[in-house]
Amino acid sequence: MAPKKNARESANAAPAVAAPALAEPAPVVKPAPTKPKASEASTPWDKVLINLYNHYIDETPQRTKLLDVFLVFLAAVGALQFLYCILAGNYPFNAFLSGFGATVGQFVLTISLRIQTTEANKSEFPQVSPERSFADFIVCSLILHFFCINFIN
Amino acid sequence: MAVATQGASSGINGQNTRTLLRVSILFLIAAAAVASRLFSVIRFESIIHEFDPWFNFRATKYLVANGFYKFWDWFDDRTWHPLGRVTGGTLYPGLMVTSGVIYHALRALTVPVDIRNICVLLAPAFSGLTAYAAYLLTNEMTTSSSAGLLAAAFMGITPGYISRSVAGSYDNEAIAIFLLVFTFYLWIKALKLGSMLWGALCALFYGYMVASWGGYAFITCILPLHAFVLIGMGRFSNRLYVSYTTWYALGTLASMQIPFVGFLPVKTSEHMPALGIFGFVQLVGFLQYVRSSMSAKQFKTFVITVIVGAVGIGLAGLVGLTSLGYIAPWSGRFYSLWDTGYAKIHIPIIASVSEHQPTAWPAFFFDLNMLIWLFPAGVYLCFQDLRDEHVFVVVYALFGSYFAGVMVRLMLTLTPIVCVAAAMAASQILDTYLSAKKPNVEEVADAGSTDAKPVKTSGLRVASKPAVGIFTFVSKALVVGGMAVYLLLFVSHCTWVTSNAYSSPSVVLASRMPDGSQHIIDDYREAYQWLRQNTKEDAKIMSWWDYGYQIGGMADRPTLVDNNTWNNTHIATVGKAMSSSEEVSYPIMRQHEVDYVLVVFGGLLGYSGDDINKFLWMVRIAEGIWPEEVKERNFFTSRGEYRVDAEATDTMKNSLMYKMSYYNYHSLFPAGQTVDRVRGSRLPDQGPVLNTIEEAYTTENWIIRIYKVKDLDNVGRDLFSAASFDRGQKKKSSKKKGPRVLRVD
Repeated sequence: MAPKKNARESANAAPAVAAPALAEPAPVVKPAPTKPKASEASTPWDKVLINLYNHYIDETPQRTKLLDVFLVFLAAVGALQFLYCILAGNYPFNAFLSGFGATVGQFVLTISLRIQTTEANKSEFPQVSPERSFADFIVCSLILHFFCINFIN
Repeated sequence: MAVATQGASSGINGQNTRTLLRVSILFLIAAAAVASRLFSVIRFESIIHEFDPWFNFRATKYLVANGFYKFWDWFDDRTWHPLGRVTGGTLYPGLMVTSGVIYHALRALTVPVDIRNICVLLAPAFSGLTAYAAYLLTNEMTTSSSAGLLAAAFMGITPGYISRSVAGSYDNEAIAIFLLVFTFYLWIKALKLGSMLWGALCALFYGYMVASWGGYAFITCILPLHAFVLIGMGRFSNRLYVSYTTWYALGTLASMQIPFVGFLPVKTSEHMPALGIFGFVQLVGFLQYVRSSMSAKQFKTFVITVIVGAVGIGLAGLVGLTSLGYIAPWSGRFYSLWDTGYAKIHIPIIASVSEHQPTAWPAFFFDLNMLIWLFPAGVYLCFQDLRDEHVFVVVYALFGSYFAGVMVRLMLTLTPIVCVAAAMAASQILDTYLSAKKPNVEEVADAGSTDAKPVKTSGLRVASKPAVGIFTFVSKALVVGGMAVYLLLFVSHCTWVTSNAYSSPSVVLASRMPDGSQHIIDDYREAYQWLRQNTKEDAKIMSWWDYGYQIGGMADRPTLVDNNTWNNTHIATVGKAMSSSEEVSYPIMRQHEVDYVLVVFGGLLGYSGDDINKFLWMVRIAEGIWPEEVKERNFFTSRGEYRVDAEATDTMKNSLMYKMSYYNYHSLFPAGQTVDRVRGSRLPDQGPVLNTIEEAYTTENWIIRIYKVKDLDNVGRDLFSAASFDRGQKKKSSKKKGPRVLRVD
């Protein structure tokens, strides 16, 4: 993932890239950014969000954006499952857990991949090349889905 | 061995030579670790020890005989009669599967090996691996080449670990400690590299650990705690994010594969810290991203609102779900970790197990010897350059020490970190004093000046290392010599403890004859063999739960209760039968289809671990369920003494346990000289009379006594009048015993 061409493009990218994409996922995170918006609803917050958005659009390499789309998809699926569990009950609890676990696990693995392939984080991972991190990602996903399928009943 | 490890650090040149030396030393350490655990095999024989291992052994035999899937679905109707036990779903299968795999692998290699020998030797074999894991873990902590080897040596022979891993002690801990140390090693590795692969490996070994031992909760709590402390120190990094989330996501799913664990990771409070930290790490990671694209002030308000909101929602959710009953609150065993008196009041069955008692302080010295005073020094050294992995040592050391102080058996979880920290301290001493080079005066002066300015920002300032060398040969020789003496003393202490305290199978007892020769007391196996040969295949044996696994394993007969203790009421029923008079006990035994009753009696031999000494626990557990019918107070004399002689209370004398223990005992002695050697009391000449059961077998040294429960009288009399008729008494004398009544005290 994140081959050299993109890496060169984003060589000057600022350290922090994804924000809005990450604001969606994980039910824990989600309510928090919206709450201050509701309470204050004044210009600074709008500005902040617009800033974030522009920053993201400008500074993120194409491949990372692709990953972010996948993340949004995972977050949506996870949220859907969670909603179903709350509304319709958790009867096949095995199935719910493995489905939800699969999305959450895939989500964090993808974020990990995203972190490791982001150029700005290079210094933190001296021993992990983008190719290596993609291989890791594949192996971990395989393990994850093996467990999920085994658990789904 | 200690000398050999010192040799490694003394300067031998050449990378290859060093590697070769290191490998051979590690092999020697592993060999020493295995060898020191073989005392019991050499002294006695290749036999499974104690209680729980007998169940594991039986389960392994079942697995080997019936295959994995049958084992997984195993419903055992030969325990907990008449309830049975869903054994496949209520055990940690890791141990049995491990030995099963080894067995089949050896068979495939056409090595004809008995499954018993694999089970007996599994723990020593894994102790060699544990030593290697300790070596790896220590090497992550320090650059000193000798520290890892010292840690491996310590880990290999320290009694704190040997206590649970001698040959024959085929228990979950046998492999669990290796998995514990190795999981920690993988965690440190994952954290250092920030690699998903190492995180996944950590999760896999964590899953293996979950499959092997209930103590996995220790890892489940230590890793999040480490992550939390790191975040609290302002050391959140993407490496932490990657390793922690990978471990948690994969590890939790892996742990849920074990039927016994199942939904626990999302349903019990013990696992909630890990989940909470998982959410927290997501949050912190998210904030980290947002940070740079905002001004500092905006960011601050943003952070505060987000954190307060998320933590508030998380806590409220946790409390709400707990009160609604979706998440189980802390279990009783967990409470007893915080309040040592808790178990005694609320769950006597936990308090009745001796290894759940708080640790006496000499035990630390006994089990760890000199490591216990090197341990704080090692932890202190970790503060010198407080990197992420050193924080782990500190966190682990703190919690391990606390838990080891609360419960004797948790000494086992403390031991690895003590070995690691002590090895760091010892190698620091040796490295400093063993270097043959004389320090240069200018260098020292130089070092003194550089020392003044704060070079290390991460460590504590007071702990920064003054780079001054040792000049005189005398002080070097003194310190190194002293250290060598300590190390040798440590080795001899470990050997002594292992040989004397931890190598007894407790199934076979050893004693010394007056001429010094060894005498083997083999009553347990004698009795179990008798049961195996003289009773029906499905004869139900009632005994106190301690002996349930042994009866199942050695005698192969169904039992009422065993060491699994999953059903407190059933155990209390047995306790009630034992502690009540025959009138009450007999119906209970009939209802449970008991054919034989087995008691352990040490009075003749002075064997103190017998049933009369455990009797009060039976009473207490029974009283917990039937407070009206069984009262502990009635077993004490008016002066509050627990007596078995003529002064004993009527309740005591009439209880089934007392009668079974002392039945016919007086016939061994001349009149007036009947003595119970355990309790040191003189017994009355008139022994107890049994009406509803009859003596079936008593072993050579009277340690085990087996009674047969009489069938209903075939002329329709009640058993009391029938028995008195047989004794030739007039009917009148036993007339008052008509219908079954409770004891009148």
